[in-house]
Amino acid sequence: MAGTLTRKDFVSNQEVRWCPGCGDYAILAQVQKVLPEFGVAREKVVFISGIGCSSRFPYYMNTYGFHTIHGRAPAIATGLKVTRPDLEVWVVTGDGDGLSIGGNHLVHALRRNIGLKILLFNNRIYGLTKGQYSPTSEVGKVTKSTPMGSVDFPFNPIAVALGAHASFVCRAVDVEQKHLGEMLRRAHEHRGGAFIEIFQNCNIFNDGAFHELTDKPLKADYQLILEHGKPLIFGRNRDKGVRLNGHKPEIVTLANGASEKDLLVHDETDPALGFILANFAPPMPTPIGVFYVDSRPPFEAEMNRQLERAKEQRGVGDLRKLLYGGDTWTVS
Amino acid sequence: MAAPAYLPQGAQPADGLAPRLLDGNKAAAYGVLLCRPDLIAAYPITPQTPLLEQLYKFKADGRLTAETVEVEGENSALSAALGVTVAGGRAFTATSSMGLTFMYDAYLFASGTRVPVVMVIAMREQTAPTTVSCGQQDLMMVKEGGWVQLVCESCQEILDSILVAYRLAEDPQVQLPVNVCYEGYYLSHLSEPVTVPAQEAVDRFLLPVRDKRRPVLGTEHPMTFGTYVVGELYAEYRYKHCQAMERAGGMLDAIDGEFRAALGRPYGGAVEAYRAEDAEFLMVTMGSAAGTLKVVVDELRKEGIAAGLARVRMFRPLPARELLGLMRGKRAVGVVDRSVSFGWNRGHLFIDVKAVAQDLEPRIPVVSFIGGLAGTDLRRDLLAGAARTTWERGRGRAGAEVIWLGLE
Repeated sequence: MAGTLTRKDFVSNQEVRWCPGCGDYAILAQVQKVLPEFGVAREKVVFISGIGCSSRFPYYMNTYGFHTIHGRAPAIATGLKVTRPDLEVWVVTGDGDGLSIGGNHLVHALRRNIGLKILLFNNRIYGLTKGQYSPTSEVGKVTKSTPMGSVDFPFNPIAVALGAHASFVCRAVDVEQKHLGEMLRRAHEHRGGAFIEIFQNCNIFNDGAFHELTDKPLKADYQLILEHGKPLIFGRNRDKGVRLNGHKPEIVTLANGASEKDLLVHDETDPALGFILANFAPPMPTPIGVFYVDSRPPFEAEMNRQLERAKEQRGVGDLRKLLYGGDTWTVS
Repeated sequence: MAAPAYLPQGAQPADGLAPRLLDGNKAAAYGVLLCRPDLIAAYPITPQTPLLEQLYKFKADGRLTAETVEVEGENSALSAALGVTVAGGRAFTATSSMGLTFMYDAYLFASGTRVPVVMVIAMREQTAPTTVSCGQQDLMMVKEGGWVQLVCESCQEILDSILVAYRLAEDPQVQLPVNVCYEGYYLSHLSEPVTVPAQEAVDRFLLPVRDKRRPVLGTEHPMTFGTYVVGELYAEYRYKHCQAMERAGGMLDAIDGEFRAALGRPYGGAVEAYRAEDAEFLMVTMGSAAGTLKVVVDELRKEGIAAGLARVRMFRPLPARELLGLMRGKRAVGVVDRSVSFGWNRGHLFIDVKAVAQDLEPRIPVVSFIGGLAGTDLRRDLLAGAARTTWERGRGRAGAEVIWLGLE
């Protein structure tokens, strides 16, 4: 009955309890909007989370859900996905859950290319514990745990995912609803693990962290929307572009002698380009969209193929025969 | 005389200090500040977080000279503390519940390598079901982990216990890690008048770490910690660990004397006895519920029922001798636990008390009361019911050995 699903089918009866104005609402709304369009039956969808504000997500989805241990969602989801590859398994995590305490599990899930769709809500702060700096907080950030400003160099989640050889890496923004929906769709369609960093505003403890990307007067000049096969153009008048000078990106103004053919054309299958884009820092615009896609087969497919091959070659096997056969002897 | 560094600007210092209103986390932070640590490594977790925030504030205000690191998880927090401690420094960390279980390998490593680190456990229920509410279950998950464990009843006791914890941990006869434990919210977020002692007084009680004779990493005497050990040598390590635990237990009275001499007030012993001497029966508990039980004892006394209370302050090593002495001559004992042993459907402290009570002649009934889980109040009526039940058991009335308060 998957074809007849609507948004309502994915909305649970639980009262949503995030702070009023939290970016999580926008993400939840978009997930509930696009999931029915994927045509996957509810009972084939699972949301797994760890600990943190974002990790309340499974309560609000009328699908299978598992609110688990701090940082461990990718590990728990790995167990589920490899044994039930038919399920669509989404992991919801945050910059604390996914990159602090759970950094280990996250990079290995990505490295293995487990077919998980990992949503990392990045608000650059610990929200649930009321405002300490996180591993994505910028140097100098003043928080309750860094009253003199953080001296801790942050992670760049996209670069981490690329470094772990994730097979699908993209970035979205909570309130850019249409774009976010498109990224969710791409993640769903990708065969293998997908990593989606979502810039999410914590309006209580880190309000406006991404305002340049969301304020209407500013965002056209700060946002660079990545589209495969298209030149990198941005700006409110679409008059600014990015070109490479050696390996270094630079901004050019299209009216000043540069033309579109001089610009860098996005190729989402090029990992080197993905890294260059991941490391864009001011004055470069902030890229959103798909940084990198790799078509290598997911772990669970390879694992199950190996099992099938072994069965073909050696038969199904007999546990009793295994236990009582071979290298055993009787002590007399 | 200028105000000591630990006092807020404008406050009047020194002898006869007026108590200040501090919650348990802040009291712990003042205790840590006064102990002059070299490193604070921690990861925020409810309900411990405000303790860290207070320490970071001390640091920002220039009062605390320790290095502070907000690490990426509790496992790293305790591991970092171990690193600085084996190098001869003084480290502090704090955690709760799932954070404690996430540092379990480092926790056991700390005690097995005899690293004198001090860690607060702001006690909380253990997941799952997921909750951040108060309980003592997290402590119970590590009660056999080889650490000395002090459990507090008041905010003053929290501050004082931090000082005692370092004094105990770093004693050459002990050399063991020490937990200072207090219940989340009931103490971590409860404000009470607390006397913050003068730095000079604390320095008399607890030598700054540089003045101590401690094994330290150095070029003259290179040392390796955490070596691989098998067989008899391993058994010897364990034997010596147990002996050190016993010495730690036996040392508390002497430390109390030092505490009195330096700070002008007592710290107390391993067990606090409240109207216990002439009691017909004894209630036993640990932590914040003892305050309510003292009220219950007073009320029953007014009715002519001779109730008494023993509050365990040092949970590990277990003060078995003191408990046995207090139970002797009583007709029954009731133990109130904010935790449960799944293996025997009893409270954890009950199991200890029951084991100690085997040495009593004649045997007396010992009843396990389980309550206050997940932040539910151990109300006066519930504890009064528990005390009356214990009293009745002492007078021959039969009944179950375990009672879940409020559920049965």
